[in-house]
Amino acid sequence: MLDVSLRHKFAGFTLDAHFTAPAGVTVLFGRSGSGKTTIVNAVAGLLMPQTGRIAAGDWVLLDTDRTIRLKPHKRRIGYVFQEARLFPHLTVRQNLAYGAWFAPKSAPRESMSRVVEMLGIGPLLDRRPGALSGGERQRVAIGRALLSAPRLILADEPLAALDEARKAEILPYFERLRDEVSVPILYVSHSASEVARLATTVVALDAGRVVAQGPAHAVLGDPSILPTGARDAGAVLTARVARHHDDGLTELDAGGLPLFLPRVRAAPEAQLRIRIAAHDVILSRTRPEGLSALNILPGTIQDIRAGDGPGTIVALDTAAGRVLARITQRSAAAMALEVGATVFAVVKTVSVASGDIGGGAKRQS
Amino acid sequence: MTDWLGPAEWQAVALSLQVSFWATLASLPLGIFVAYALARWSFPGKQILNGIVHLPLILPPVVTGYVLLLTLGTRGPVGSVLADWGVVLAFRWTGAAVAAAVMAFPLMVRAIRLSIEAVDPKLEQASATLGASPIWVFLTVTLPMALPGIVAGTILAFAKAMGEFGATITFVSNIPGQTRTIPSAIYAFLQVPGGEDAAVRLVIVSVVVAMGALLLSEMIGRRVAARVGGA
Repeated sequence: MLDVSLRHKFAGFTLDAHFTAPAGVTVLFGRSGSGKTTIVNAVAGLLMPQTGRIAAGDWVLLDTDRTIRLKPHKRRIGYVFQEARLFPHLTVRQNLAYGAWFAPKSAPRESMSRVVEMLGIGPLLDRRPGALSGGERQRVAIGRALLSAPRLILADEPLAALDEARKAEILPYFERLRDEVSVPILYVSHSASEVARLATTVVALDAGRVVAQGPAHAVLGDPSILPTGARDAGAVLTARVARHHDDGLTELDAGGLPLFLPRVRAAPEAQLRIRIAAHDVILSRTRPEGLSALNILPGTIQDIRAGDGPGTIVALDTAAGRVLARITQRSAAAMALEVGATVFAVVKTVSVASGDIGGGAKRQS
Repeated sequence: MTDWLGPAEWQAVALSLQVSFWATLASLPLGIFVAYALARWSFPGKQILNGIVHLPLILPPVVTGYVLLLTLGTRGPVGSVLADWGVVLAFRWTGAAVAAAVMAFPLMVRAIRLSIEAVDPKLEQASATLGASPIWVFLTVTLPMALPGIVAGTILAFAKAMGEFGATITFVSNIPGQTRTIPSAIYAFLQVPGGEDAAVRLVIVSVVVAMGALLLSEMIGRRVAARVGGA
């Protein structure tokens, strides 16, 4: 349980953030310029805030009231940077061993062979970083951070510099990290689908302040927050793989409701998290019939938020969980939508992007 | 080789190599330190330090030599203290090494400073987050990555030390076997009738040594750069 409380004034920008990061992945989520990287750098000790306290129990990294300001190398934090920052003069093997060499000998640590196997970097060990692809570099960077026996892992938009294919390659490794390694992770992102797949806890930031924090499904399902705007809105559902059908579809069980998705590579009974983008949801006052969409979720409207533009976000609770729909204000008025009304949310099967489906939702509360 | 060079000439060549070797080796740690300070730290008087380091490059060498004689001579403020400890620099080969080191220092610091400035501070930050204290960051990241520049600076300083004349002759005179390095010897041979042949032979040695140093520096630099640059 990491408690972070920071105040720092820059020219034209004040960071004033307080939040708690429990076990699992805590995602700092917000637009660029909202202060995410500043917070992570303060936790790493690369930036010394004017006032603040960063501590987990009796492990105090920073306490300006008690003039404790631990130097970065004494913090035992594994930092995965956006640009990997591997040492170009060392081989992959030496890069991996670098952090382990400085860690206290008694510190609990992952074994090199397990990390190499988990990240699939065995064939790269004798190469130098200059000969690696972007995705390979980032995998080595994750391994290097992990092998330094850290008490906390920081990841500052580790996928932002990668193309979509490489992102899809790296995300599962962070999911494995979350599910197989006990070290808590503080992860910076402005991508809603990364948040949906990884976050145990979401800390939403706007202009240097924390606007919401809580479990991923609660924060992402709250139409009053939307840290990166209505265009990015989307709720997260947890579902269990029921069966794979012969026609290429996978049937999920989401709180008793069937949900059909294009074939998902997961065994039956596996828990998945699915992000349903708000702009992919259609609402109907009556149960639609003769419709091509396979997924129809009945629910009760909990909240209606009109935006600045012509759109509005409708939040409804279904048996599968909170769903957000982005529709026009004209439609909302024509349908006479109001809080408490029953509606049917329609989700096209093929509209769920494969990047929005993540495995291993064990820790989600 | 020994037949081709007379004993006096051979002595000058050996002395030059000895003086330059020690001048370069002894000033290297200080050179790296000063280059690092100028590249990475901000402190009051930084521009003054930078000026002092570069002064020998701009001043007439005779002036530098005379300043050395005034401070490090047996009656100078530093020289007299050293003399009490039994260290005499004036008119000794060690003094010649000091003069050569001072004259070569700006070239060494310049090359090393540039290469340290080229090391991405983000890599040093990454090293710190992995648990390396500042001294370890320097030894495991900054120093190896700046190695091409350090090698180049060292060889440049060695070549400069081999050719040093003005400050040396002013500070430690031109004593055969003690302070008569190749340039001083060439100068001395040219003062006596029939000395031209010996002077020419030393000129050839100078050119060969200088050329060799440049080629060596290129070769080592390229090899180190390939290693550091990956691939």
